[in-house]
Amino acid sequence: MTSFGTWTRRGLFVAAVAAIGFMAADAEAQSGKPIVIGQTLALTGPLGQTGMVHKIVGEIFVDDLNKAGGLLGRPVEWKLYDDESKGSVARTQYERLITVDKVDLIIGPYATEGILAAMGVAQRYKKVFIQNTLGIPHLATYQGQFSALMIGAEPQNSFPRLVFKAYADSGFTPKSVAVVTSKFASAQFNSKGMEALAKERGMAVTYLEYDFGTRDFGAIAARVKDANPDFIWTGVLGVEGHQILDAYGKLDYKPKAHLYLYPAPSLAQVPGAEGGISQTSLEDQRPYTDDPTVKHFSEGFHEKAVKANLPYPFIDSQAGNSYAGWQILIAAVKATNSLDDAKLIEWLDKSEVQTVMGKRDFKGKFHTNSRDATQLRQIQNGKWVAVYPKERTLPETKFIAQR
Amino acid sequence: MALPGLALVEQSLITGFLAGSLYGLLALGLSLSWGLLKLVNIGHFAMALLSAYLTWYFGTELGIPAWWAGAIIVPVFFVYGIALHWVFVRFRVSEMSSMLITFALAIIVESLIQTIWTADFRRYTTELANQSFLIGGLYIPKLNLLACAVAALLAIGTWAWLRYTYVGKALRACAEDTPIASAFGINHKTLTYLLSGICAAYAGIAGVFIALIGTLAPNEIWTWIGVVFAVVIIGRLGNPIGALLGGILIGVCEALTQSAVNPAWAPLVSFSVLILLLLVKPKWI
Repeated sequence: MTSFGTWTRRGLFVAAVAAIGFMAADAEAQSGKPIVIGQTLALTGPLGQTGMVHKIVGEIFVDDLNKAGGLLGRPVEWKLYDDESKGSVARTQYERLITVDKVDLIIGPYATEGILAAMGVAQRYKKVFIQNTLGIPHLATYQGQFSALMIGAEPQNSFPRLVFKAYADSGFTPKSVAVVTSKFASAQFNSKGMEALAKERGMAVTYLEYDFGTRDFGAIAARVKDANPDFIWTGVLGVEGHQILDAYGKLDYKPKAHLYLYPAPSLAQVPGAEGGISQTSLEDQRPYTDDPTVKHFSEGFHEKAVKANLPYPFIDSQAGNSYAGWQILIAAVKATNSLDDAKLIEWLDKSEVQTVMGKRDFKGKFHTNSRDATQLRQIQNGKWVAVYPKERTLPETKFIAQR
Repeated sequence: MALPGLALVEQSLITGFLAGSLYGLLALGLSLSWGLLKLVNIGHFAMALLSAYLTWYFGTELGIPAWWAGAIIVPVFFVYGIALHWVFVRFRVSEMSSMLITFALAIIVESLIQTIWTADFRRYTTELANQSFLIGGLYIPKLNLLACAVAALLAIGTWAWLRYTYVGKALRACAEDTPIASAFGINHKTLTYLLSGICAAYAGIAGVFIALIGTLAPNEIWTWIGVVFAVVIIGRLGNPIGALLGGILIGVCEALTQSAVNPAWAPLVSFSVLILLLLVKPKWI
């Protein structure tokens, strides 16, 4: 017992000395002026719910980065402004970040409108610009922008094809399609792609548009029910999916097969959403969480999301895109050992980066991935699960094509 | 363009009628405040949304049913309405100034809601939410029908109160000509406090139904403003039944547009109807 106690004391002493040593090394590693990374996010306004997901991701990433010794031996500071879900505010705030705050690096905001506004500013100052949610790649003509999304250069063609392929592989071929879409730029753009493909394949198409911010979906639900299509493509953003499902419920209408383009993750918990599908590149499940980085990210996100009262406190594609954006920027800085935007752009142009969503390059048009690695997820038992293609799903998971 | 089937038109009429009655319920307090108190209360929308959030919070976090939540919220809002009017009277706020002040108030309430409950969308899921009556192949959502019944009850009750009671007549007289009404012994100040309290209480009632029927987000305040302003003007200021009918007119027009043409055109309907009516100038406007 005495011997054990002596060893314990010695062990504690060694551990304490080691801890002090590590702390000193860490402090030394993080000495100097902080590297400031500037960003805006939609923390308020109609995109606020999803903006909060990106905020949590940024906090986790920067915190981990600093704990691991910072960047280039310096601590990292994240300067975040609220762009109120408005492109005009994002533009002004990025000007401020670059000219007033004189940040070292910037990272793109959330959602198409803000990204396009901020990209113009980045281009003017020749800053490297990593964006993680631009749904219309061909609008990103700035050579210094790099997309963190796993989509290809033409998602309006590739994603609808993936959806029909998944259905075909399950033995289901829709003969009629309803395309219900918000007029929000990226949703409308991709929905037009689905409309064109469905017509090309000889399907009967009902195409309905509504304004971003529509309150009552009763009449739209009545039209969809009247058309009774085999498959409904819903070009929604945020909570619109919840509202449309509510409207279906009031008419006692149950879609046979249904897709939601950019839903708030909490759609999974809405009655009537069961079986709905969407796009993904990351979910809170194996095999994704077999990767230790993803597992650590998943746990950290869950803890913070619960504290922040997020209705769906799990990582998903949205959180993954955000995390990947950070990973890409930091990988470039570490590889070039530099904060020079020109060097970072040059390196990214030729390189591949390992992200939480898999290895990716920027060899596609508009610096997208050279292949569209989008997957399908489905709401099963109140949670999103990856269902297609099979190699990225659990063996026991099945894609349920229709009710 | 294919014409919509009869069943679709009928269903859209019902949907529009019920959605419109909710517009009417929201417009009721604003119409009375604008018409009889000469105060354009944009904060009315913010208070309705605050009531909706409170209803949701009481229901989901504290387990208090919506009806009991309403019983708590409405008297509190009544007192708030009186307090707000005291501020307006104390600082002699004019019609135009009231719009600016209550606009600021709406922004403060929006920020408050966002600070407390974040920008996340909130939904109050109840058993009634997706239940409908099925009559002749047409679906009538129970909660929307209940909101419509309450809106009708309040509109007719308020109209009767203004038309047949001494207090109501006195209020209308004050709105017409305050000095003359005062010369006849009407206590103008007390009556305006009462009416302001009632308007705020109506915002509270509307909020309970917004929580039960809709999805909540802090910026929701601004999505109501355009259409409800149109409803108030169409229905004539200070006219409770007009507010309800104006709401139903807009709701039905929106739903028919969505079913027959392009759903994206629906937001244009309220202002198109308003412009049309202002051009035609029917007697009631």
